[in-house]
Amino acid sequence: MKVGILALQGDVREHAAALADLDTSSLPVRTPGDLALVDALILPGGESTTMSLLLDSSGLRQPIAERLHDGMPAFGTCAGLILLAADVLDGRPDQHSFGVIELAVRRNGYGRQVDSFETDLDIEGVAGGPLHAVFIRAPVVERVGEGVEVLATVDDRPVLCRQGPILVAAFHPELSADGRIHELFIEGS
Amino acid sequence: MLRGGVIMDVVTADQAKVAEDAGAVAVMALERVPADIRRDGGVARMSDPALIEAIKEAVTIPVMAKARIGHFAEAQVLQALGVDYVDESEVLTPADEAHHIDKWAFAVPFVCGATNLGEALRRISEGACMIRSKGEAGTGDVKEAVRHLRSILGDIGALSRADSAERYGWAKRLQAPIDLVQEVADTGHLPVPLFCAGGLATPADAALVMQLGAEAVFVGSGIFKSDDPARRARAIVEATTHYTDAEIVAKVSRGLGQAMRGEESSKVETRLADRGW
Repeated sequence: MKVGILALQGDVREHAAALADLDTSSLPVRTPGDLALVDALILPGGESTTMSLLLDSSGLRQPIAERLHDGMPAFGTCAGLILLAADVLDGRPDQHSFGVIELAVRRNGYGRQVDSFETDLDIEGVAGGPLHAVFIRAPVVERVGEGVEVLATVDDRPVLCRQGPILVAAFHPELSADGRIHELFIEGS
Repeated sequence: MLRGGVIMDVVTADQAKVAEDAGAVAVMALERVPADIRRDGGVARMSDPALIEAIKEAVTIPVMAKARIGHFAEAQVLQALGVDYVDESEVLTPADEAHHIDKWAFAVPFVCGATNLGEALRRISEGACMIRSKGEAGTGDVKEAVRHLRSILGDIGALSRADSAERYGWAKRLQAPIDLVQEVADTGHLPVPLFCAGGLATPADAALVMQLGAEAVFVGSGIFKSDDPARRARAIVEATTHYTDAEIVAKVSRGLGQAMRGEESSKVETRLADRGW
């Protein structure tokens, strides 16, 4: 399986390194041609406003939407979660998400950069003890729709969710040297 | 998460909106862009908190602001204002000729400039979370940015080929802590992201430094001192993403109007890059 990493902006290199540690090959995706070569897609952390704009100018928005509709597995972290969510609260009016996981999210819901934090998570279905998670200007999941499994929470707020082939994290699994969430994605894909 | 993005200098809330609309990953809030600081002379200080607050209100992307080198009280004020990053910047007039800010004492992350690997590692040892190659701010001349980036990345390459005994010699030459030198030698990169700043004015400038190995770019005077800031900003964002695709860089570079006029960096009176120790 070849995993694409949406490489418009954000921590692409860290995701590639996490996949390489799991002996999974990856490809940065910047054009529709790149997308055609991959079986699954990671949408990395970054600025969702920037990525949303570049999705339009690169011509990737439509083909990604079609692939997601056809069941392509996808994994969104932080800004990637926002891009996959059904409902973005207080987003910019020109910001459109793919809407393939029934979540309502609030951008920067935990506050600004200085409110970023790290914590240990217990994750349903992931063995090996708590997982260290890094939250940076993270989105808050405010509503979970039908069919969404909540795999981990912080203060009762969902931070890791799955709906069919779509996995999303409000934190940055690519920034801690722990490949278990990437493994979870690859196993489910 | 600024990697692969463009951080733009803005001096008003309206400019901040233009920057956000163009796809900036962050804005740097300041009273004067470096080109004007150069032209006006005088002492350059932290911006008015009212300006920083107005810019914070105007956009949803992160807001950075500059403190003078060594001026920890300015940094405390910026942290109290809730800026997302503090840039301890040589563009402002230094407040301390021997010491940089002890950045470990802050919760807010810092970005610092560097002209070479030793300077970068000293800033990291003081707690910087990001390094930007300094270039020569306010000139619109990319050559110093290229020099600094090549110096930092070239030395990282050479250091990673050094044997275990030579690493101590490197630490001595670089005037940098041995544990950071060991880490760079082992991993082949800085322990924090390396961005590029100082003199970038065109989409091709961004593509150049990204291909050389920068992980994101700062554009200061280059945008709002040009004919058509909104289009140029957008074009630089596109070029930073598609930096290996010359056809896209060519497409976005068309018809942008005049770039900032600029000044050759070897002819400027005050070399900002020399500030910092």
